[in-house]
Amino acid sequence: MKKLGSAVELEQLRKKIASQRDPKRTCIVTSVGTCGLARGAAGVAQAISAELKKDGLNGSVDLRTTGCHGFCEIEPVVVIYPKRIVYQHVTPADVPEIISETVSKGKIITRLLYTNPATGRKIVREQTIPFYGKQYRLLTDSIRFIDPHNIEDYIALGGYSALCKVLFDMHPEEVLDEISRSGLRGRGGAGFPTFRKWESARNAPSYDGIRYVICNADEGDPGAYMDRSLLEGNPHSVIEGMIIGAYTMGSHHGYVYVRNEYPLAVENLRIALDQARQYGLLGRNILGSNFDFDIKISRGGGAFICGESTALMASLEGRIGEPRPKHIHTALKGLYGRPTNLNNVETWANVPLIINRGAKWYTTIGTEGSKGTKIFSLVGKINNTGLVEVPMGITLREMVYDIGGGIRGGKKFKAVQTGGPSGGCIPESLIDLPIDFDRLAESGSMMGSGGMIVMDEGTCMVDMARYFVKFLTEESCGKCVPCREGLDRMLDILTDITEGRGKKEDIELLEELGDVIKEASLCGLGGTAPNPVLSTIRYFRDEYEAHITDRRCPAGVCKALITFTVDAVNCTGCRVCARECPQGAISGEKKEIHFIDQGKCIKCGLCRDLCKFDAVLVS
Amino acid sequence: MIELTIDGTKVRVEKGTSVLEAAKEMGITIPTLCYYPGLSSYGECRVCLVEVVKGKNRSSLEASCAMPVEQGLVIRTNSEKAKKARKLVVELLIASCPTSKTLQDMASNMGINRIRFKIKDRGCILCGRCVRYCKEQMRSGGIGFVGRGTSRRVATAFGVTPAECRNCGGCEWICPVCERACTANNLINGLCGGCQNLAPVETCAICTGCSESVGAHGHTVY
Repeated sequence: MKKLGSAVELEQLRKKIASQRDPKRTCIVTSVGTCGLARGAAGVAQAISAELKKDGLNGSVDLRTTGCHGFCEIEPVVVIYPKRIVYQHVTPADVPEIISETVSKGKIITRLLYTNPATGRKIVREQTIPFYGKQYRLLTDSIRFIDPHNIEDYIALGGYSALCKVLFDMHPEEVLDEISRSGLRGRGGAGFPTFRKWESARNAPSYDGIRYVICNADEGDPGAYMDRSLLEGNPHSVIEGMIIGAYTMGSHHGYVYVRNEYPLAVENLRIALDQARQYGLLGRNILGSNFDFDIKISRGGGAFICGESTALMASLEGRIGEPRPKHIHTALKGLYGRPTNLNNVETWANVPLIINRGAKWYTTIGTEGSKGTKIFSLVGKINNTGLVEVPMGITLREMVYDIGGGIRGGKKFKAVQTGGPSGGCIPESLIDLPIDFDRLAESGSMMGSGGMIVMDEGTCMVDMARYFVKFLTEESCGKCVPCREGLDRMLDILTDITEGRGKKEDIELLEELGDVIKEASLCGLGGTAPNPVLSTIRYFRDEYEAHITDRRCPAGVCKALITFTVDAVNCTGCRVCARECPQGAISGEKKEIHFIDQGKCIKCGLCRDLCKFDAVLVS
Repeated sequence: MIELTIDGTKVRVEKGTSVLEAAKEMGITIPTLCYYPGLSSYGECRVCLVEVVKGKNRSSLEASCAMPVEQGLVIRTNSEKAKKARKLVVELLIASCPTSKTLQDMASNMGINRIRFKIKDRGCILCGRCVRYCKEQMRSGGIGFVGRGTSRRVATAFGVTPAECRNCGGCEWICPVCERACTANNLINGLCGGCQNLAPVETCAICTGCSESVGAHGHTVY
């Protein structure tokens, strides 16, 4: 491929690609993001390719492998264009039938279709699945049309046109103005106005003129994976955003700091960077504009704290990943002491969109203080798990019931944890809360990177808070005392409570400790770490009290506080539980009421899960 | 010169001075632990927290040793908020290192009368004075931090004494824990109650004065 020397050449290439593609031609799309691969999508993609070859169809049918389409629950997914017929849970064994029936004859295989759980009807087309109904997929929709290993897919969709517009028609000040008017706020969690960061990095003095732009892809929250999905599925949108940012700030050096635990994201990003370089979209003299910029990948070593800006930069420099006090902002003195701008993957991906379609259009989406869309990973005890992109201001109720399809197993909704391990819990009473940066913060939680863990009535809030505090204790860098020692002691107290050793004054002590950790910690990790504890005390104080005063776990989760017994009325004596109990703790003859030996019982809960007659009671 | 307000008094200091040094010039003592003159500031121990007033009802806590002065700053070194946080921080520190005389004295001065947390004697408060001394004063860098979170510790690389180490003993000398170890063996509620601690020790009515020997965990007050 010859390097593109000008904007005209890019447009010519775009036209050439379009002329070679027939939108009416059959194209089989398999999604092979990490979620798809985990469920065997690679085998399906291979089987499709082999089957087409066998049937001699490989000349007339296109094949494409893309990133995750969003609905992880139904992976592996195969979509057949142009009709957009979607098949769920496809196995390699289904492939011959798909080729012979759907691809060759146009017949639909009902068995593989998605069933709407609300109506029981089968759904043929991808866009009519209710999961996608209330979403507004600005950033993520293109993933389904893009093979991340092929830059031409991105260019065909209008990719890099925002870059052309910026390089040839706009002054950096104009770009800054556009971003400022769009009201874009950082998607990494804190929601800091993006243009302010850009402005300070642009205006900050640098003694040798070097400035850096960094993409923060060190996404470590349990249950959050939107950055991974974007990098895997559409890496060029992030790269394009970074080049535009670099042009605005006068930077020539970029880094993507990405978790090493995301091998597919690293691989796809590396390929995307190589291709962008080959096409002259990165490197020296981008598109003949005399602007130089290149991006390097830096892989993280597995520390959660390295998602914090100063710790990330320390790690990038090769030092221990621990934060420093931010009295001098990184925009003024960041990486190697030079002005540095750091934005999250999703923030960067928003930039080309704003440039292409204008700030005015962008401000029509979202709420007063938070514009645009936000990607959430909707996980937990919910029917439809997956990546969800919604306009800011959507209510929690819409998220849980309309998009998420309600709680799994018909149970009752209890709370939702937003913002990752250091976010807070939002109880059912606030289910009509519109989701944006400010409203979430008011409710004692935060936007965070966009993890959304849904919990049902079977979740113990004390145990949940303990889980997150344990995660944070292990992931704290250990530099400052409130975070290192405070969280450790908080974990001790919570463990005591869940194991039935709680004391009356513990709740007060937890609150005092939480307040001080929040105020006195050095960085954002400690500054938000007590949130799961403080918000659960705020909304579920009665559960803490039940653990402490009654030595009882209302949700039936904390092992030290519960006992399993057999209900004499419901037990049919089927022996299923007795057979499967790993401890052999259940005795009883066939058709007779069973008995659980408390001395042997390890409270694993297997009997309760297996019993079809609800005859195992937890008290 | 930069003008700021500390505890209601206006003061002019040179640019680059830390809030801690500015307060010191005014004769205001702020307790410190990881700070040491001549070493770079690290902001680890959070004992030198001060309240930075930001508007009418807003304020934040900052480590004064690592905070450079800024024009118009309003600082309160002894507000309730700052004192409360400092006390809890020292309480946490004693819980992880009860044998430090420096810490026990500090607790006494602050009026801390009991440690409410489990005592886990780690023998080190990870203030990093030794690490910075070795690197900055001895130009050696023989020791550093290893691990993260609660498993963080000061160690040499791979547990082997490196060639850089000159056995100067500086690390031991500058350590606030090794330098003066509290030798009291009767810790009550985690506090030594010995030489300097004049704060009234809170004990339960039942066991005060009983002849039962008190372990390192002290009496538990119910």
